[in-house]
Amino acid sequence: MEDDLNWAIGGEAGDGIDSTGKIFARALSRAGRHVFTSKDFASRIRGGYTAYKVRTSVDRVESVVDRLDVLIALTERTIDENLDELQEGSVVIYDGEQTTMADVEVPEGMIGLEVPLNSLAEEAGGAIMRNVVALGAASEVAGFPVEYLDEALVKRFGEKGEAIVANNREAARLGRDFVRKETDYSDEFSLETTDEDYVLLNGDEAIGMAAIAAGCRFYAGYPITPATDIMEYLTGRIEEFGGAVVQAEDELSAINMALGAARAGARAMTGTSGPGIDLMSETFGLVATSETPLVIANVMRSGPSTGMPTKQEQGDLNAMLYGGHGEIPRFVLAPTTIGECFDRTVEAFNLAEKYQIPVYLTADLALAVTEQTYSPERFDMESVEIDRGKVVDPDGVEEWLDEKGRFRAHAATEDGVSPRALPGTPDAAHMTTGLEHDELGRRTEEEDVRVEQVQKRQRKVETAREREDFDHREFGDPDADTLVISWGSNEGAMREALGMLEDRGIDVRFLSVPYIYPRPDLTDEVESAEDVIVVECNATGQFADLIEHDTLSRVQRVTKYTGVRFKADELANEIEAAIADERAPQEVKR
Amino acid sequence: MSSDTHFTDFKSDKQPTWCPGCGDFGTMNGMMKALAETGNDPDNTFVVAGIGCSGKIGTYMHSYALHGVHGRALPVGTGVKLANPNLEVMVAGGDGDGYSIGVGHFIHAVRRNIDITYVVMDNRIYGLTKGQASPTSRQGFETATSPDGTVEPPVNPQALALAAGGTFIAQSFSSDSQRHTELVKQAVEHDGFGFVNVFSPCVTFNDVDTYDYFRDAIVDLDETDHDPGNYQAARDKIMDPSTEHIGILYQNEDSVPYSDREGIDENMADIPEGAPERADRLVREFY
Repeated sequence: MEDDLNWAIGGEAGDGIDSTGKIFARALSRAGRHVFTSKDFASRIRGGYTAYKVRTSVDRVESVVDRLDVLIALTERTIDENLDELQEGSVVIYDGEQTTMADVEVPEGMIGLEVPLNSLAEEAGGAIMRNVVALGAASEVAGFPVEYLDEALVKRFGEKGEAIVANNREAARLGRDFVRKETDYSDEFSLETTDEDYVLLNGDEAIGMAAIAAGCRFYAGYPITPATDIMEYLTGRIEEFGGAVVQAEDELSAINMALGAARAGARAMTGTSGPGIDLMSETFGLVATSETPLVIANVMRSGPSTGMPTKQEQGDLNAMLYGGHGEIPRFVLAPTTIGECFDRTVEAFNLAEKYQIPVYLTADLALAVTEQTYSPERFDMESVEIDRGKVVDPDGVEEWLDEKGRFRAHAATEDGVSPRALPGTPDAAHMTTGLEHDELGRRTEEEDVRVEQVQKRQRKVETAREREDFDHREFGDPDADTLVISWGSNEGAMREALGMLEDRGIDVRFLSVPYIYPRPDLTDEVESAEDVIVVECNATGQFADLIEHDTLSRVQRVTKYTGVRFKADELANEIEAAIADERAPQEVKR
Repeated sequence: MSSDTHFTDFKSDKQPTWCPGCGDFGTMNGMMKALAETGNDPDNTFVVAGIGCSGKIGTYMHSYALHGVHGRALPVGTGVKLANPNLEVMVAGGDGDGYSIGVGHFIHAVRRNIDITYVVMDNRIYGLTKGQASPTSRQGFETATSPDGTVEPPVNPQALALAAGGTFIAQSFSSDSQRHTELVKQAVEHDGFGFVNVFSPCVTFNDVDTYDYFRDAIVDLDETDHDPGNYQAARDKIMDPSTEHIGILYQNEDSVPYSDREGIDENMADIPEGAPERADRLVREFY
């Protein structure tokens, strides 16, 4: 990639790493450069290594690579943690005046740049601005004007008043000037700027924004990493659109509140991560049986149990597909990019209401908590369409009354979708229940009614298969013998890996699948390939199992469950090895 | 809302399968009367029920209703009410549903002061599963799962509610139809979380907390000098579980429901006017 720079700031959790990284990312975005960020972090609020990484280019960036050009190291450990990614010519900025950094030895071949971050920050008005001094130094190293940092500083500190902004600007300039005047550092990098306007957002934010655009007015949730950002995003914004966010006492309550709001007729949503979907699974069945439209965001993290709460994994696929006792019709959507988080969220609300069904909307951690630049037109509100399905207005009630004048809320229609009367609609009062029920929503154990209701609920899924476009996206060489299939956030890294593989003479056809259930039938694609490799971030290859099940073929698995997302170069190597490898397709590696 | 609603309008055509003599008949009748007498009708009423004998109520009443999972009726009622404040929301549960599996939600619903009515049909036994000790069973109560008598003291629901900041705490007796109806009605009219624990005897599995027992033991607070607005007096009454009080134990006349504090007053069933286009400014926030 042209003009590609990999930058990071690392230190202790609690050092303000995240917000500092975001300022740098936003500055680059304001400079008309594309940005893709990633995070290494521990779940402890204070203590433990954490880093925010930014990859930037004038071209779109969709993934991270195993390379670091500029590192701001607030701790010695930061350098150790990144030794594999630092290379000849990489610049390490650190404060040699700090006693903890006094013994730092920058490895051979790399450029160590000692900048007195603390002293300069104090000169600007306070040690708290240490990280901003570092950003100023980094902008000089990266060869990009410090003025772009100003805009990002206003965005970050504007609310705190002009004096604070001015001090931070000064801090950034002191950092820049120190590198310029007090070190013998000479231009290594020179970042081009453009006139493009980009927005910078993460997957959780894209989901939250899309929910509002789609008319969601009720969100109940319980704080859980990494889904909390959705709730925090909506709080303070959804109210301006006539909605409310409720912080529930637990996930059981959260999904039941959302269910209640949906029964009342609101577009409603809850969001959580793995432990939360376990707790919600009993009510999930009720949502499906009562045929209530509900969107449940599951931002995946490493499991099982508490697992690694701040680490990447795509391990909940089976839990979302099969979670809950009995047989539960459902949809599972899994956007593959931050931009697509927006599209699938809007779609999730429409699908939920059109088919009166629970919809899992799942993003993996790598999508949810890392930022990426987009052209603002990517989020085109004019194109957002709202389809509420078969909501019955007062004039339409009579058509759905039985001979005794009772509303048939679970009428076994041809397409499986029943009329939906929102509470308050005259003469349509009805109940529903988690018990098996008749079309009036009342308990029954009669065999024929049971069969009819099970079939009508399942029929909705078949209707959706016919009416909706649950398709995949295709990249690479359509005629290649090697077929790679992935889901979730791997798409970005895989797309970049395609170019690397092509350079090595390996042609690959790549399918990225955002629909887990219902999902596209890939039988033809799988049968026409020689090597089929399914890429995912879990140990057993849960999506690979589905492909094998669907196509009655064996596939190879490239899996990763270290807690870190795939990087493009790493993935290229894995694909190459898988093609060359004679290992049994079922073998789980790494 | 129509003013000529009769309580039988809230009756479905499904015949209850409660045991003959079950206290739940009286409890339900009082709920229907209270709804009718407060000017509600089935089309603007939402009943939420949990699991247990009490859970069947949604089937026997006629209104918008959800019969949910065990213990989660209050969160459902909370969601319904917040999404459409125009609806009259009545949540029914039993002592197992409300004070055992759902006790966490009970405390938080009280604390939030959601403007709904919560009627607990307290029979001090698990009836639907045929006679196991419940959280309100007396200590020493002998059941299939406690053949030597329960060793746990019963919970004190009113004390939980008071500690959680309850604003309307009452108790009634299902067979005292007029008084029970009146108390549920006051709970409906209360601006906030109206909680009524109802002695609703189980004639099949509880031979201790019987109609006769309650008739003898009950002290009606209306026949005492109790002032429900007096917090200290309410606390003293509530912390004396040896007396079976009926009446309003505590009512905070200054109660402000959650929705008022949060400024929630619209029916969220409608998509906000021009939602997608207006959301355009959200994109610009990300510059």
